[in-house]
Amino acid sequence: MPILNYIYLCLTLFSIGVIGVLVRRNAIIVFMCIELMLNAVNLLLVAFSKMYNGAAFANAPTTTMGIDAQIFVFFIMVVAAAEVSVGLAIIVMMYRNTHSVDINFLNRLKN
Amino acid sequence: MNTLEILFYALSAFAIVSAVMVLISKNPIHSVLWLILVFFAISGHYILMNAQFLAIVNIIVYAGAIMVLFLFVIMLMNVKKDKEPQKQHLVKFIGVIAGGSFLTLMIALVKQTSQLQGKTVLLKEGTIGLIHPLGKALFSDYVVPFEISSVLFLSAMVGAVIIGKK
Repeated sequence: MPILNYIYLCLTLFSIGVIGVLVRRNAIIVFMCIELMLNAVNLLLVAFSKMYNGAAFANAPTTTMGIDAQIFVFFIMVVAAAEVSVGLAIIVMMYRNTHSVDINFLNRLKN
Repeated sequence: MNTLEILFYALSAFAIVSAVMVLISKNPIHSVLWLILVFFAISGHYILMNAQFLAIVNIIVYAGAIMVLFLFVIMLMNVKKDKEPQKQHLVKFIGVIAGGSFLTLMIALVKQTSQLQGKTVLLKEGTIGLIHPLGKALFSDYVVPFEISSVLFLSAMVGAVIIGKK
C-alpha cells in the first residue's frame, strides 16, 4: 500500500477534526474532535513506522527499525488519557458555574 | 485488487463516514458512539499493519476508557439537544471553507514531495508491532519516559480531583 494513501486518509480525518473545532459550539464535541485529530496523527505515525520497517525488512526480517514511532504513539495515548481526565474535569466545573457547555461563555479572558 | 486493498479502502471509508457523522449528529451521545466507531476503524488499520499491541491498547484506552468517561460526563450534564446553541450559518460556512482549504493545501504539498513517491507501507508482515519487541524497547531504551509518565498520571489524577472538588 503506498504511503500516500495513508497520508491522504490521515489528512482527511485531521481536517474533519479541525472543521469540528471551528464549527461546533458544544465544548464536549470540540473536545472529541481534538481526540479525533490526535488519533489521525497516531495512525500516520504507525504508517511511517511501517514504511521505514518495510525498507529494512527485505534484508533482515527481524529488524526493529522504526519501532520508535510505535513507542511514541504509546506515549501519545498516555498523555491523551491524562489530558482527557483533566479537560473533562474543567468542563464539568464550567458546567457547574454557568449551567451550559457553550464555549462562547468562555470569552472572559478577552477583556 | 487484492484483499488487503479492499480492507484498506473499506476501513478508510468507514472511518471517514463515522468521523463526519460525529460532526453532524445533533445529540452528543450519538457523537460519542460514532467516535467509538472511528476508533474501531483505526484499530482495524493498526491490525492491517500488524501493530497488534497498539490496536488492543487503542481499543482499551480510547474506545473503552476515554469514551466511557465522555459518556459519563454527558449523562451527568443532561444536555438537551434542542438547547444546544448553534453557530450562525456564516460562521459554519467559514469554518468548513477554512478546514477544506487546509486539506487541499496539505494534499497539494504532499503530492509534490519527491521523498514520498514510490514508498510503500509494509502490511501484515514485520515484527515491530508485536508485544515482545515493543516491551523490550519500552523497558530498555525508553524506561525513563515510561517512569515519568507515571508521575504525569499521578499529577493528572490529583488535578482532576482538585478541580472536581471545588
